[in-house]
Amino acid sequence: MSGDKVDVAIIGPGNIGSDLLYKIMRRSKYMKPSLMIGIYPSSEGLKRARSLGVDASADGIEAVRGRGIKIAFDATSAAAHLKNAPVLEEENIVAIDLTPAAIGPYVCPVVNLEGHSREANINLITCGGQATIPIVYAVSSVCKVRYAEVVATIASRSAGPGTRQNIDEFTQTTARGIELVGGAERGKAIIILNPAEPPIIMRNTIYTVVEDVDKDGIVNSVENMVGRVQKYVPGYRIRLGPIFEDNKVTTMIEVEGAGDFLPAYAGNLDVETAAAVAIGETIAERMVTRGEAS
Amino acid sequence: MSVKVRIVDTTMRDGSHAVSHQYSIDDITNIATALDRAGIYGIEISHGDGLSGSSIQYGWAKHTDEERLAAASRVVTGSRITVLLLPGIGTREDLKMAIENGAKIARVATHVTEADISEQHIRLAKDMGLEVMTFLMLAHMEKPSKVLEQAKLMEGYGADVVYVVDSAGAMLPDDVKERVGLLKKELGIEVGFHAHNNLGLAIGNTVAAVQEGATVVDGTLGGLGAGAGNAPTEVLAAVFDKMGCDTGVDLYRIMDAAEDIVRPLMQRPQVIDKPSLILGYAGVYSSFLLHTYRAVERFDVEPRDVLVELGRRKVVGGQEDMIIDVAYELSKRKSSEGGK
Repeated sequence: MSGDKVDVAIIGPGNIGSDLLYKIMRRSKYMKPSLMIGIYPSSEGLKRARSLGVDASADGIEAVRGRGIKIAFDATSAAAHLKNAPVLEEENIVAIDLTPAAIGPYVCPVVNLEGHSREANINLITCGGQATIPIVYAVSSVCKVRYAEVVATIASRSAGPGTRQNIDEFTQTTARGIELVGGAERGKAIIILNPAEPPIIMRNTIYTVVEDVDKDGIVNSVENMVGRVQKYVPGYRIRLGPIFEDNKVTTMIEVEGAGDFLPAYAGNLDVETAAAVAIGETIAERMVTRGEAS
Repeated sequence: MSVKVRIVDTTMRDGSHAVSHQYSIDDITNIATALDRAGIYGIEISHGDGLSGSSIQYGWAKHTDEERLAAASRVVTGSRITVLLLPGIGTREDLKMAIENGAKIARVATHVTEADISEQHIRLAKDMGLEVMTFLMLAHMEKPSKVLEQAKLMEGYGADVVYVVDSAGAMLPDDVKERVGLLKKELGIEVGFHAHNNLGLAIGNTVAAVQEGATVVDGTLGGLGAGAGNAPTEVLAAVFDKMGCDTGVDLYRIMDAAEDIVRPLMQRPQVIDKPSLILGYAGVYSSFLLHTYRAVERFDVEPRDVLVELGRRKVVGGQEDMIIDVAYELSKRKSSEGGK
């Protein structure tokens, strides 16, 4: 521990890792980034971390050992996280996994963090999941949701090679998250990449088919949920709705990023890094206030 | 010109937009039987937005992809059953299902700038022994050099054919020639062309494509399809016959299929009405047409305004939710202006 803050590591010094670093440095009350881990000594992200006064190592996951780190954010790849996770567990480090590896449970901070905040490994689902599951859950906590379908449209420039080469993983994992975390009986996810310049900000349309529509209840629940998400993603806004057509409820959301390291249009990436930091913050706060971190 | 041209009929995929994806199993059986007897090369069967396209966003289909493919498989003997997959909507699981149900050609489609999301699907289809035709959609939106760059990616993943797809029916014959001609010159694989008739150029553009070296082209019976429809398959057969191109299609049988089987299924005349013409003029994805009709009815706005605004916002295929967004915004603007 460093003062009243928990030491955390970021694994993967790419765009996501760098955004995590900026967010934690700028806003975290309970976390202190003490290590950035990469595998290439020439990595720009490692240099950037050092220039910000954060230790950086190109030695891969082994660098995490014996430094008193309590929480690690993994922004590498599914294959890399499968190798990193056992090391983190041996070192008693909570893993917040932003890869599709999903060793631990799917977590969306405003929905189910409470039930999972003591897990050794927590998975962030997908960016589309982080953006849409809160709305599905807001509806399903009022009415039974027989079916939920989400359409995430993101700027082409905000989709990295990992997403592009594994686009099925995005649709399938998001659909599962809508069911398991969002509470829909059946979920479907669609992703669209739009190359327009200047880049569009992330947009999400969330359709739900519900039983016994309670219009006022749904509107209140969705608005309340948007307010809760805005606490960690200030650029999360309702664009339209909820609007009702028989038993179908349509809500459109746009997500503008905070522009920490990633550009503001990449709300899809911001919503995921912001969720990861929010999860880390909750765990770190508990460690600090209950003295678990020392 | 004496070349071989393969026609893929997409009445039961792109044409499916025009019937709001409500083909019955009898319709599928009848159309597939007629196309097979006419000697068409490929018969495409999928939701209009590809496998797993049945959804709130794109419209629910009456039957599942699996049911439709199985019905066609029972009657098709010589033609190749073809499916369309749009990565981001459908997945490799859908492709495996289609193969189990008799698909022999896979078409994998992306927006013209996003070819690299198709790699896993192209490779899977090739590994499973299919002929793979890939689509670069809304190809009018990019310069020929960009279309070529993206086509080369698809060629690298293993595609047998790369299509220039005029999803908005927005291309003029010179646009087609530039793109098809460049691909033909620079690629080692075949080039295809898919037309829409929003500017009345579906047949002319397809002819231009073949003159530039395209060897695979798409049509639908009676031109049934998204927007003002596609190049009518029976007209393509007649025109190519006059040009001396061998399509292998029996002209009378394909004419009968269009006239006797598909024309009675049409829910509206397949003509270039005002909104269809605007699709081509503003360069908007043709399958937005019927969704736009539904939205303007709900929000009481002018369909042409909606389509022009969609074109201005540079929406791409699949963004049908933007129609609601635009129609809603226009209706708000209209009511606030009305209140002044």
